[in-house]
Amino acid sequence: MCKLALAALLLMPSFLPGQGNLLTVTPPPKQSAKKNTVLTTKLDVRLRPGYHVNSNTPADDYLIPLRLTWATSPLEVQQVSYPKPEMEKYEFSEKPISVFSGGFAITTRFKVPAGAAPGMMIITGKLRYQACSNKECFPPKTLEVKLPVDIVN
Amino acid sequence: MRVSFHRSLPAAAAVFGMLVLNVNCGSTRSVKAAVKPEKDRKSAPQFSLKDAHGRAVKLSDYKGKVVLLNFWATWCGPCKIEIPWFIDFEQKFKDRGFAVLGISMDEDGWDAVKPYIEKQKVNYRVVVGSDEVADLYGGVSSLPTSFVLDRQGKIAGVHVGLVSRNVYQNEIEQLLDNKSDVQAGTGGASADAEFSAGPR
Repeated sequence: MCKLALAALLLMPSFLPGQGNLLTVTPPPKQSAKKNTVLTTKLDVRLRPGYHVNSNTPADDYLIPLRLTWATSPLEVQQVSYPKPEMEKYEFSEKPISVFSGGFAITTRFKVPAGAAPGMMIITGKLRYQACSNKECFPPKTLEVKLPVDIVN
Repeated sequence: MRVSFHRSLPAAAAVFGMLVLNVNCGSTRSVKAAVKPEKDRKSAPQFSLKDAHGRAVKLSDYKGKVVLLNFWATWCGPCKIEIPWFIDFEQKFKDRGFAVLGISMDEDGWDAVKPYIEKQKVNYRVVVGSDEVADLYGGVSSLPTSFVLDRQGKIAGVHVGLVSRNVYQNEIEQLLDNKSDVQAGTGGASADAEFSAGPR
């Protein structure tokens, strides 16, 4: 039995996932938006079971918040909205901490200016997060997000 | 993050797992956490990092001591749980030739670390880490990651993630008592006298 377990452990490095796929973002589909309107987009995020990220409003100053930011583009960011965080108590926390886990969506409202040039554009965003399990934490990471938008008259 | 925290959680986890198996499969006499047998220990990579006062801290400064080398960060919740344990260990065992050395992996360096360790009343030495040092120790892909070093500066235990206080304490006491050879059934002698005292 021990030999079997040892053999399994020796093979384990090939199968253990790294932080790369702890958090995944579904690439947002192409959207069309008319000039002088508001475009609302949802970014679907999913965490591997057993892991969480700090919410956008962690209670402790030392914790790194989840943050979605968008690069300057012809569209104006009006609001980035995060879901209501969960308050979870972990083995390492004295009191519940504000986190996201499982699947959730971050919503962004863009104002499409009346003077925006028609045509396709890619708006680039950055999702910064810091993930932990009940026993270990991974370094903060930033994922790039690309949002294709077609401005129409 | 100062450190890219590379790819090596799998490797570190495998090392840790093998250490655990070594205990559980290799001995039926003890269920306590045990350090690696002396013959299987590798030398801890040497490094030099700066403390909060800008003074160089070298691992070689600790020659002759049992050392708990703890990679941590201010944003790491599980690390925060361990800090009071390490403060206790430092106080309890320092006169027996033990020291904790904390290596912070905060990308903001001392701006983040200094107020934190002051608030936590950390009584052991802390340095700010680098990619290079993390690489030397297998990448340190998640925190906390701790290495328990024997008096010869060899790695006797590796822990990735939060483990219990007793696991650390048992290992430290085994190394201070130099009982690891008994645990491993190999016999052996202490080499304490060969090394000069550490810096503290």
